[in-house]
Amino acid sequence: MSLMNYVYLAIVLFAIGAATVLVRRNAIIVFMGIELMLNAVNLAFVTFARMNGSLDGQAVALFVMVVAAAEVVVGLAIIMTIHRSRRSASVDDANLLKL
Amino acid sequence: MTTLPLSLPTAVAAADAAVAPAQGMAGVAWLLVALPLAGAALLLLVRRPLERVGPIIATVLSWGSFVVGAILLVEMIGRSPEARAQHLTLFSWLPVGTFSLDAGMLIDQLSVTFVLLITFVGSLIHVYSLGYMAHDPDRRKFFAFLNLFVAAMLLLVTADSYLLLYVGWEGVGLASYLLIGFWNWNPPYASAANKAFIANRIGDFGLGLAIMAMFATFGTVTITGVDRAAQAAGDQAGTMLTVIGFLLLLGACGKSAQFPLQSWLGDAMAGPTPVSALIHAATMVTAGVYLVVRAHPVYDHAPVAALAVTIVGAITLTMGAIIGCAKDDIKKALAASTMSQIGYMMLAAGLGPVGYAFAIFHLVTHGFFKAGMFLGAGSVMHGMGDRVDMRTFGGLSGKMKITWATFLCGWLAIIGFPFLSGFFSKDKIIEAAFVGEGWRPWVFGLTTMLVAGLTAFYMSRLFFMTFHGKRRWLEDDHPHESPASMTVPMIILAVGSVALGGVLQAGGFLDWLAPVTGGHAGAAHHEPVLPIPVITGGTLLLVALGVGLAWARYWRADVPVTAPAGSWLTRAAARDFYQDDVNHGLLVVPGNALVEAATLADDSGVDQGTDGVGRAVLGASTRLARLQNGFVRSYALTMLLGVVLVLAAVWMVQS
Repeated sequence: MSLMNYVYLAIVLFAIGAATVLVRRNAIIVFMGIELMLNAVNLAFVTFARMNGSLDGQAVALFVMVVAAAEVVVGLAIIMTIHRSRRSASVDDANLLKL
Repeated sequence: MTTLPLSLPTAVAAADAAVAPAQGMAGVAWLLVALPLAGAALLLLVRRPLERVGPIIATVLSWGSFVVGAILLVEMIGRSPEARAQHLTLFSWLPVGTFSLDAGMLIDQLSVTFVLLITFVGSLIHVYSLGYMAHDPDRRKFFAFLNLFVAAMLLLVTADSYLLLYVGWEGVGLASYLLIGFWNWNPPYASAANKAFIANRIGDFGLGLAIMAMFATFGTVTITGVDRAAQAAGDQAGTMLTVIGFLLLLGACGKSAQFPLQSWLGDAMAGPTPVSALIHAATMVTAGVYLVVRAHPVYDHAPVAALAVTIVGAITLTMGAIIGCAKDDIKKALAASTMSQIGYMMLAAGLGPVGYAFAIFHLVTHGFFKAGMFLGAGSVMHGMGDRVDMRTFGGLSGKMKITWATFLCGWLAIIGFPFLSGFFSKDKIIEAAFVGEGWRPWVFGLTTMLVAGLTAFYMSRLFFMTFHGKRRWLEDDHPHESPASMTVPMIILAVGSVALGGVLQAGGFLDWLAPVTGGHAGAAHHEPVLPIPVITGGTLLLVALGVGLAWARYWRADVPVTAPAGSWLTRAAARDFYQDDVNHGLLVVPGNALVEAATLADDSGVDQGTDGVGRAVLGASTRLARLQNGFVRSYALTMLLGVVLVLAAVWMVQS
């Protein structure tokens, strides 16, 4: 099995994640799309590390996981707050900062 | 003018060489300017504590300047005629690259003459103002401005360079503006001040350009430097000298209210009467004559410019006299007379070496008798409830004896009554006007002679209408003599009006001035085209006729209280020969049209242009702002497209 298949999988996962972010309105689902994109990138990193025989990509993947965990905490907190104040988790309703 | 005495250049060169560094009292000549300037600063900065004593301080400081001037004169007389001119360097004023100009004072016969005239008459008028302005709430400010004027005028006449002279020139203009508009709560007075200032501005513009032309031509702006350079260049620089001469004449016309810039002087009478006496009769308005005489080496080599000076003088002296005949306002009649007399001086100054000394001589005597008469007019107004219409005066001689007597002296002096001041000085100018070849002596001589008769008529008219004939007072008039602080200066000036001419004539004033004014001695070689006794006799005859006519019409006959319609000439003269209308038509209307055109161009061109740019930016930004629609997902799409684009670009570049 060629390592390129992992790369293709990563591309497919990233595309699904991006489509989710662009298409869905629910903030939680959008969030999940973002997570999917992050994990697709992680997969790509790990695959490339394997191809090059170095550990750099794996290390970066670990960093991405840590940052993603922190981001989840902050992001979920924001979503919770918006939901509490507006009774809605739709990203289209959170448009107060536009001109 | 066409016949310059050949000895002149050497005479002036000798005078220049004689400008020695200051010694003795001349070393502190700066006190002349510093004392009144300090007074002005003190009175303007320290306000409340000086409300009462301020006027007295100002008067004392002005007398202090007079004392310094008197000491300078005594010292100067003690030296030999060649060594009388002294130069005092004060400080390095404009060190600019290779050009360096020091501020300094030129103390010579001419400037000392002016210093004494200004400080003596000025100090007397300070004393007079103590009485005249006693009840004015702003008298501290008034005296501060008076001191400022004296300082600026002294700077003007003692400056050693045309640039420093210009500083004084502007200073007197400022003081004049402030004092004409002293009662500026009255809108016509305030606009009279503006009018004087603007008319003066036009003249100042000429003087400024003249100084620049001097610098461009000779590379120097000091008085002695320009004198020497003009003498050395002689007729080779004729064109440039003519240009400078005309520009200086423009400056002189503005300051001295000469045709065509004369219209401000009548309105300048809005100022308090002591101001009219000091600034608009005795001193500031004669600055133009001073300028022409000071710059005489320029005019000696620019006969066309000198002829223009003479013509301007002739026009103004005739115009002023005719206007003087038609005015019922006592101060405006005196103002017209001032214009006319300064016209005499300008004419004399334009005649060349034969006339310079006579111009200064008449200037000094005129300073006395005209100031005296203005103070007399102020005294009359003081007694008549500040009214100025002579048609409501009449028969005041009984009630105001001192004013009447002093005015009598001034009146006799100005009409040239034999052996009074005006007789000596004006007769000399008439004689000088008859000197020359061709048509000029006849035109200028006969003009000055006829106007002498006209002068006698209008001054007698003024005198008789005010002090003699029937009493035409209003019902609540109670004329009374003015306090001593006002009458004493009037008496002193009256004594000067009577005696000064004779004293100066006997004391050799004209020869004394000769080293500065350049060869008055040369005048002896020029004979008038008519014998001198004929000129004098003819002038006296015309004067007698003028007085007689005025006596018949304004003393013996009843003067109507309301002015009759009069002939077209009277109506024209009463309106200053429509000078205001001419100015309005020639300057104000085109000026307003220009302003309107510029406003239109600004509104429709510049404004529309900038507004258009603004609107374009606003429209573009509005359209751009629509992109920021508040939908997170569209932002995300934008970001994604951006990343894809960047990646595509990188891929394209790399492959």
